[in-house]
Amino acid sequence: MTYTSDVVIIGGGIVGCASAYYLAKRGITNVIVLEGSDSIGHGGSSRNGGGVRQSGRDVRELPIAMYGIKNFWPTLSEELGVDTEYTQKGNLRLGKTEAHLKKLTTLANNAKSVGLEVSMIDGKQVREINPYLSEEVIGASWCPTDGHANPLTTTLGYYKRALEMGVKFFTSAEVVELRKIQGKVRQVITKDGAIFEGGDIILAAGYESRYIMNTVGLDIPMTKYLDSALVTEAQPKMFEQMLGTADADFYGHQTKHGSFVFGADCGLEGYMDMPLTRTESHPMTLSASCRAISGYIPLLSKAKIVRTWTGWMELTPDGVCVLGRPEETPGLILATAFNGHGFGTGPAVGYMMSQIVAGEAPAVDITPLRYERFMSNK
Amino acid sequence: MLDIQGKLEEIGPYVPAADDDLLVCRCEEVTKGEIRKAVHQGITTIEEMRRYLRSGMGLCQGQTCGNMVKRIMAQELKVSPVEIVPATSRVPMRPIEMEIAAEDGGLES
Repeated sequence: MTYTSDVVIIGGGIVGCASAYYLAKRGITNVIVLEGSDSIGHGGSSRNGGGVRQSGRDVRELPIAMYGIKNFWPTLSEELGVDTEYTQKGNLRLGKTEAHLKKLTTLANNAKSVGLEVSMIDGKQVREINPYLSEEVIGASWCPTDGHANPLTTTLGYYKRALEMGVKFFTSAEVVELRKIQGKVRQVITKDGAIFEGGDIILAAGYESRYIMNTVGLDIPMTKYLDSALVTEAQPKMFEQMLGTADADFYGHQTKHGSFVFGADCGLEGYMDMPLTRTESHPMTLSASCRAISGYIPLLSKAKIVRTWTGWMELTPDGVCVLGRPEETPGLILATAFNGHGFGTGPAVGYMMSQIVAGEAPAVDITPLRYERFMSNK
Repeated sequence: MLDIQGKLEEIGPYVPAADDDLLVCRCEEVTKGEIRKAVHQGITTIEEMRRYLRSGMGLCQGQTCGNMVKRIMAQELKVSPVEIVPATSRVPMRPIEMEIAAEDGGLES
């Protein structure tokens, strides 16, 4: 069976679904999205901690995060017809030692140099913003324009709207090969032999993008890492900020529903030897997470955990994503290797994908994120 | 491979039913009608349904309503319930307090 469309998008995560939506919004509705698993948003798009954050971002990704927060996030619920639970009440990155504060100051100065409002505050000021934090916290960086949202409803919201606007979605449509026709990447072949032909192919399939791009001679250096998260039973409303730490020992927020969603690790996850189809947690992740969280928010030590989960991240040597058209593969557009940062930037990246297809310059300069940037340093 | 648009055309539009107000997921207060409507909006798996409506995402993690959600979705999608993949069960099997879970596996514990 052969299907033909203007654009074929590989990957039904937030980037794929948002790209489809913004394409449809500008009138390009002859679009097909292929999702390899049986569920839309099966990968990191639904498994992340929901941060919509600018502080702490690499300067190459920061303009994308800032563009999304300014132009898309505040009105997204209305636009998609779902509650994205977007909450812009700031991000506290907490420090317990002088070394932590030094690290936070460097990050804050980097952010300020590219025009983001981030300030250093002391322990007393931290507890004025969030009275539930331990006395052990002696300072923090504070970015008032950061926030969080619900990755589950946001990703499915983009999907639902794109579907309503005429985009075609196929699930259980695992892509095994890209094929060039007269030098241009034009055909996408699925496991069951169906051929999807498109004027442009957008590849947004997380780590699996690698196997797919390998079939036309491309490769992005990356490793995979199984990241972990947990959710508590609903708690009375405590605070609205997104929290992180200088020590990177946990991050998280309280959701609109009342439950807390936290991400944390035990330090041994990176050594697990598992295929991408498996997502079991490391047996020590939960206990280490609970120790880290209670160490910052003592009141939560009585809160009950109802579920834990994991998701695969793909990590590049320089910690940022790959966006745009590789020079050697006309017809192919990459939006992958997000290093675990793909949710908050998802709307802006999806919008820029629609701009690239339409032949416009992307809203933000993405040349620092180009495919060709990986070079040996030896 | 599932053609979502084709599937939605095949099952036809959502038709209101007398028992749509029936509470199916007690923890998160999700009704039969909400589940049925969501299917017609393109939610075709339990995994997506949990994320879309929170059915089975509460304290019991779907141990009470899991089979009912499955049957309602199967009926709406016009497939056998055995074709609907159940939700993934994950640690912990029962809600557990952080201070208890924290007592395991650390250098100082």
